[in-house]
Amino acid sequence: MNVMSNNGLFDSREELSDGYYVRLSGDIDMSRSPEIRNELLGIVGEDCDRLVVDMTDVPYIDSSAVATFVEVLQYQRDRERKMVLCGLSRRVLSILQIVRLDRVFTIAADVESGKSV
Amino acid sequence: MNMDSKFEIEMCVLSSPQYLCVVRQAVLAAADRLGFDEEVCGQAVLGVDEAMCNVIRHGYDGDEDKPIWVKIGMGSEDGASGLVVIVEDMGRQVDPSGIAGRDLDDVRPGGLGVHIINEVMDEVEYQKRSEGGMRLTMKKFVRSAVYGNEITEGK
Repeated sequence: MNVMSNNGLFDSREELSDGYYVRLSGDIDMSRSPEIRNELLGIVGEDCDRLVVDMTDVPYIDSSAVATFVEVLQYQRDRERKMVLCGLSRRVLSILQIVRLDRVFTIAADVESGKSV
Repeated sequence: MNMDSKFEIEMCVLSSPQYLCVVRQAVLAAADRLGFDEEVCGQAVLGVDEAMCNVIRHGYDGDEDKPIWVKIGMGSEDGASGLVVIVEDMGRQVDPSGIAGRDLDDVRPGGLGVHIINEVMDEVEYQKRSEGGMRLTMKKFVRSAVYGNEITEGK
């Protein structure tokens, strides 16, 4: 597994056999979502059959973060590729539930299952 | 419920997303003082955060140097206590009756803020301000929690 450099937005970004794994941290609100959107779309714009987004260290997201994830998910699905969210706290999961997107995203319980689901 | 409100925190922040965290911390502190549990504190914070985002995005079209006034307080009536937050701006005025969440079955980015506010807050009222802009009054009562679409108590 190749660990790539941290660009400041991701705690880590690793190349998988079929895509990429990124670990986010901190609150993701309207002040950060545009940059994260651009970075994630840049990653899936490469040869990325699977994008695994690790949210273990993300205590809070708002609707702008949800919109970012929906946009990336749609990009992947349009190309019959996968996007997996993992490590969601109860609080973050509840926000996806409120907007009824918890059944739209593929959500893995942990990072390892996120890389194989 | 018309709560007799007492505002403990009043602030004015610029309409820049970088100040959202400041308002979130203030709401969290007030909700915590009221004895809200972690889940309900989080919902109150989320509701106010979405209100702020809507002002920035729709009221001010993304301009980052406009004022947003936030009042945070505690209210009570008939033995029920809760958090009252008022968000005011000088942005574009819209008809309050036309403010509604969108169809969630349409899975697409954006347009979720109003729905979230309505889901996590117990009372939501939009008003046009006579001096311009909009006023949004949100109330969250103690012993109220929303987990996704499941409402546990209070709402």
